[in-house]
Amino acid sequence: MNQRTPLYDCHLAAGAHMVPFGGWDMPLHYGGQIEEHHAVRRRAGLFDVSHMAVVDVRGAGATDYLRHLLANDVARLAPGQALYTCMLNERGGVVDDLIVYRRPVDAPAPYRLVVNAATRDKDLHWFATAATGRAVSLEPRNDLAMLAVQGPAAVELAAPLLPVALRAAAPALRPFHAIEDATVFVARTGYTGEDGFELMVAAGEAAAWWDRLMAAGVAPCGLGARDTLRLEAGMNLYGQDMDEEHSPLVSGLGWTVAWEPAARDFIGREALERERAAGPAQRLAGLVLEERGVMRRDQRVITGAGEGIITSGGFAPTLNRSVAFARVPADAAGDCQVEIRGVLRPARLVRPPFARQGRALIADAS
Amino acid sequence: MSKVPGDRKYTKDHEWVRSEADGTAVVGITDHAQQQLGELVFVELPETGRSFGSGENCAVVESVKAASDVYAPVAGTVMAVNEALGSEPGLVNTDPYGAGWLFRVQPDSGAVAGLLDAAAYQRLVDGAG
Repeated sequence: MNQRTPLYDCHLAAGAHMVPFGGWDMPLHYGGQIEEHHAVRRRAGLFDVSHMAVVDVRGAGATDYLRHLLANDVARLAPGQALYTCMLNERGGVVDDLIVYRRPVDAPAPYRLVVNAATRDKDLHWFATAATGRAVSLEPRNDLAMLAVQGPAAVELAAPLLPVALRAAAPALRPFHAIEDATVFVARTGYTGEDGFELMVAAGEAAAWWDRLMAAGVAPCGLGARDTLRLEAGMNLYGQDMDEEHSPLVSGLGWTVAWEPAARDFIGREALERERAAGPAQRLAGLVLEERGVMRRDQRVITGAGEGIITSGGFAPTLNRSVAFARVPADAAGDCQVEIRGVLRPARLVRPPFARQGRALIADAS
Repeated sequence: MSKVPGDRKYTKDHEWVRSEADGTAVVGITDHAQQQLGELVFVELPETGRSFGSGENCAVVESVKAASDVYAPVAGTVMAVNEALGSEPGLVNTDPYGAGWLFRVQPDSGAVAGLLDAAAYQRLVDGAG
């Protein structure tokens, strides 16, 4: 039996079509996935992301521990700041991707990690193994629920619902910054390419937050819209666009690796440096289909520099056409073909994102 | 779920076919099929003039989730296709038995035979849960 988030009943009340996802029963949509996608690009949408795992890290060795564990460098974080990072194995493959929040100085734990639902158990084991002999303790926060409110009007609609002390400060947060009080953790982060907040609250309070946000006019959105929004926004999905067999360098995530200072010894560094020195053989590119049709995961891509494969693909509602990510030879560029159900269709390699902040970023097909 | 119309026949693969007074037949997919597929974003229709045998793959419907083949309920030649689906594939979701029709064929044998009637199709869908 799958787990249920504290918002399960809210989903049913909102007419959700529930599906299994990473061991959880989650809403796929509430009647119209494409409408939900547009709601986020045009106004504001509400997502239950309580299936994601929140882990607090405390102890005198917390900073050293995370600088060893993660490919990005938490030493760059001031209190109240966050970063996106990969966690690598010794071969440089990606164990998971996550967001690290450095909490305010007076917070009970100095760091908060948010990892994927489907990799939760693997990650907790990985965290614990790397913590051996270090002055850190890990606290999975199963007592928390997480809601994402995303879209151009999200901040305006959600801010009045926050505790008085945070109401002015929250809308002033810059991207990848967070504040909190005893009742809510507010971060200006998300997975849609739109402005908004991610809120962490006590599980028992989650339904009340959901109801207030719904009453404020934020549209409930399911995993279907979440996937097309992140695809348009050029954001990777773990297990599709990167995994333990593929490094950040061949997954469009080289920018998340903190190479400096050179002396910082993070897990996977050696393998990654070798790959960088040799020049990565592949890269993750964006792909736009030049005619009607829908590109899907695992379809073959034929470029002038050799073959590649689609890692994520689908219909992009903002562009009204199909877009994809594909792992292609490093030198591949420009026009290519995608094999869709036995037929080669013209496509074009582009640099993601495809759409963000309500706008398509890819020129129309000529 | 809407009622299965009694004025046409059905396949086990969830296509419908309705015989017209002029001897042609109109083909579409059922309400059950569109519900299972989810929102359609692309419909690939056969070219006018193309002939195919009964059960042959003749069209593709792609939803936000997946692509699905449409099989010809009857052998015949394509006389017309629903051009409106080019810009509005969602018509198949909102009106699968009406404005969401796929194409019109001239059946080879003149008659539509060997298919399920509405009651039998309803039982098939009910059985599939």
